[in-house]
Amino acid sequence: MLFLQLFWVYVKIGLFNFGGGYAMLSLIQHEIVDRKAWITMQEFTDIVAISQMTPGPIGINSATYVGFTAAINAGYSPELAILGSVLATVAVCLPSFILILFISYYFVRFKQNRYVEAAFLGLRPAAVGLIAAAALLLMNTENFIDYRSILIFLSAFLLTWKFKLHPILTILLSGIAGCLLYAPL
Amino acid sequence: MYGTLFLTFVRIGAFTLGGGYAMLPLIEREVTARGWMSKQDFFDIFAVSQSMPGIFAVNIAIFLGFRLKRIPGSLVCAAGVILPSFLIILLIALFFTNIRDNAWVESAFKGLRPAVVALIAVPCFNAARAAGLTWKSALITVAAALTVWLLGVSPIYVVIAAAAGGLFYGLAIKKD
Repeated sequence: MLFLQLFWVYVKIGLFNFGGGYAMLSLIQHEIVDRKAWITMQEFTDIVAISQMTPGPIGINSATYVGFTAAINAGYSPELAILGSVLATVAVCLPSFILILFISYYFVRFKQNRYVEAAFLGLRPAAVGLIAAAALLLMNTENFIDYRSILIFLSAFLLTWKFKLHPILTILLSGIAGCLLYAPL
Repeated sequence: MYGTLFLTFVRIGAFTLGGGYAMLPLIEREVTARGWMSKQDFFDIFAVSQSMPGIFAVNIAIFLGFRLKRIPGSLVCAAGVILPSFLIILLIALFFTNIRDNAWVESAFKGLRPAVVALIAVPCFNAARAAGLTWKSALITVAAALTVWLLGVSPIYVVIAAAAGGLFYGLAIKKD
């Protein structure tokens, strides 16, 4: 049953995501694109693009979108696909919700906890690696179709990294560049 | 009180573009201006939320809500911060299936896709700087990236291994 599986996979993603929304992308790629094949790599890239353009945390945006798309791809109606969105979004928040309630109830002194500090000695650098993996996995022939893709990639990287252009402006500009370079005329 | 909490977090969720960390200044201003908690308490919550799994902005909302109104408070705040994203994405998802075959939309997305990769690469470099990588810890970064990218290992195992390695190193080797 897709909906139960979707819920469970997103609980796992929520539980093992350290290092923010971008680190979560490698988890989604592995669990949902590769293993379950619920959405294609190209759909995933498009979902990331839309998640970056819209307000709110990328983790929530992508969960809502992935839940919807996975259900549509499995042949469910849009009404049932909304259920997929709800389940994925609730599931991704559930593990930390339970953890936070536990910590708050028992007043666990989490911040100066030496075990947590020690674990983060390994988690912090690993999270950077997971973000890198997400970027590397997306450098495929579906997203890079010809030399124009490389041109757009390099300009987008330079604009955001060197010139501190806001990611949303970078996305808008690259969309316009796509319309011009790949004009269907 | 619940109404104010909910609306405050709806506003935070609706008006921050660019992910969880972009929400931080807005949350801080809303929360301290309303006298819900001191700056110090807020930064404590901020620090703990960072070391929680899941979604940073949602975690902060859950923590704050619990401080103020226990479990109902945390549910209300979390729902508030999630709802705008959820509704906006749902609208787009419902609409996008109808226009995705449009030739212009397809060419726009041909331009967007490589840019998305660049937009993931940039925070990777920023996170590397923020994590204060040394030559030794950069080895963990490279190892994590390569095992997921080339060997197709699940990031879940990488996270478990990194936490276990950190615990072993921090508690057994680097005893202060």
